[in-house]
Amino acid sequence: MADKVIYAMYDDDDVTKDAAKKMIAKGVHIADVFSPFPIHGIDPIIGVKETRLGIVSFMFGITGLTLAMITIRYMMIVDWGGINIGGKPNFDFVGNMPSFVPIMFEFTVLCAAHGMAFVYFLRNGILPGMPSRNPDPRTTDDRFVVEIRPEENSQFSMDELNAIVKSTPIVELEEKVIK
Amino acid sequence: MHKESDIRIPLILGDKSYRDITDDIIRPIESKAPKGWYILITISAIFGLWGVGCIVYLLGTGIGVWGLNKTVEWAWDITNFVWWVGIGHAGTLISAVLLLFRQKWRMAINRAAEAMTIFAVMMAGLFPLIHMGRLWVGYWVFPLPNQFGSLWVNFNSPLLWDVFAISTYFSVGLVFWYIGLIPDFATIRDRVTSPVAKRAYGVLSFGWSGNAKAWNRFELVSLVLAGLATPLVFSVHSIVSFDFATSVIPGWHTTIFPPYFVSGAVFSGFAMVQTLMLILRKAFKLEAYLHTKHIEYMNIVIMVTGSIVGVAYITELFISWYSGVEYEAYAFLNRATGPYWWSYWAMMTCNVLSPQFFWFKKLRTSLTFTFILSIVVNIGMWFERFVIIVTSIHRDYLPSAWSYFHPTWVDIGVYVGTMGLFFVLYLLFARYFPVMPIAELKTILKSSGQNFKEGFGNGAGYYDGHGHDDHHGEEETHDTESTNNTNENN
Repeated sequence: MADKVIYAMYDDDDVTKDAAKKMIAKGVHIADVFSPFPIHGIDPIIGVKETRLGIVSFMFGITGLTLAMITIRYMMIVDWGGINIGGKPNFDFVGNMPSFVPIMFEFTVLCAAHGMAFVYFLRNGILPGMPSRNPDPRTTDDRFVVEIRPEENSQFSMDELNAIVKSTPIVELEEKVIK
Repeated sequence: MHKESDIRIPLILGDKSYRDITDDIIRPIESKAPKGWYILITISAIFGLWGVGCIVYLLGTGIGVWGLNKTVEWAWDITNFVWWVGIGHAGTLISAVLLLFRQKWRMAINRAAEAMTIFAVMMAGLFPLIHMGRLWVGYWVFPLPNQFGSLWVNFNSPLLWDVFAISTYFSVGLVFWYIGLIPDFATIRDRVTSPVAKRAYGVLSFGWSGNAKAWNRFELVSLVLAGLATPLVFSVHSIVSFDFATSVIPGWHTTIFPPYFVSGAVFSGFAMVQTLMLILRKAFKLEAYLHTKHIEYMNIVIMVTGSIVGVAYITELFISWYSGVEYEAYAFLNRATGPYWWSYWAMMTCNVLSPQFFWFKKLRTSLTFTFILSIVVNIGMWFERFVIIVTSIHRDYLPSAWSYFHPTWVDIGVYVGTMGLFFVLYLLFARYFPVMPIAELKTILKSSGQNFKEGFGNGAGYYDGHGHDDHHGEEETHDTESTNNTNENN
């Protein structure tokens, strides 16, 4: 069976949020919402969980810090230890650490920021040349689209779903068949 | 949307809708470039090419073509480096620090200021690279395995800290800027009609779709990047100041340098933002988004940081006397009264005296005055670096070695060349990239738009509870927002 998908279009963020709330209250499952900017407060309504990218960033930061410490210790203390360079003797790591702090810090930030950004691109599926998935070009301008998949709402018939969607202040309604 | 206090002046003037914001900011990209743009980019490109020519000549001949001598062995190169890095401080400060402080007025300037930052850091990075004399072995600054030589790089050296600080700052700034640009590129992609532009912006937008989960991640990533970039901003110029502060040259060897350099950098960065944005808003007719109030806020930042810099100058003078070290005292006396007195007093006038004019509301809200003063400040900040660097070393311990620095045409050419290259990049940015964050501006329209705050046009009745029948659930909405959404307004 070819899957159908319903796109309900709204022209305001608050209207979209209220409509989503109304539809959820009636037991409709909303697959996704496409908007030109983040609609604050819609995530808990449609059941989007808080992202864990912050943890990802922290892990990358810890990795960066560890890597920086190991590398600096090897290069300055193990490989070329015991030399007094400009009054900063590198006999042991802890004793010489104050002058290693800047690079340890910079490398931590470097890894945390780039690691998180990389995971962000991968998880969102956004990379150069990727096709966009927004159902209507106007959703990046001033329109808001709620996506409802009938197969996720099998308790309703197609007509019932359409009726529920039409009871909200939509500006356009579109049904599409997706492969 | 959170309601903003009525006494706050609206950040977006006039009767704007979401569509208007898109239209206003994309208009310069969709329409044909004006003649002025072609003229400006041609002039900038000529200067830039001249600079490239000077660099090629320098690399072919050696850095003897600069006006350096045995006593003054560091002059315009490092002055220009610090000056450009300083200018490159405003962008990330605006987008990161002001984001953490929830300053919504940053949205008028953050995109363009970040672009300025990235291009300025590129120009800054050029100077240490060409100062090595052998550009093609520039990668030796990174810690590489031993077959490249018998030693590792020295992790005790502030010059190596600089390598890490500048490259981290540049790359993190670039990523931060680009992540913000992606949704706006998607807006352009979905609007332009020419197939070439559609394809180009399609690639640039990385296939952004604007679904709920993506926005959720977007907001968190912006917040975390801002949190990471904030200490980064302060560390970068602190580390640049360590280049001097950790040395033993009288006049450089001071612990006040890191905070003093950071505020000086913010000072010059904001001044450059003013110079560029005052032209940009006029040329692109973006006065509704960047109006007098924004200019005034920036002028207050300039005034505060300028005063911090002034206090630092005076503290330096006092401490040089109070320390009882005669070499230290002489270094400062020599700055003010020695052969370079003119640069010292130029610095004092431009950096300490001139920002004090902003105490007067009439002057800090005058666009013409702001424009002139922003240029004065940037001249002053160039002199500050020149004073610190050249006057501290031109008279060392042996009077027979005393010397005076004269820039050669190559010194001037390289400096002017970097300005040309900077403006080429900036003009290209202004022409093809959205100069203000379209998506972010839309998030503040309802809370800070004049029509919504004052209740006319599109915003009529929005906050009174009349007119918009769809908002009867608003009380509840506000609750969800305050408990669940901590990333408001990224």
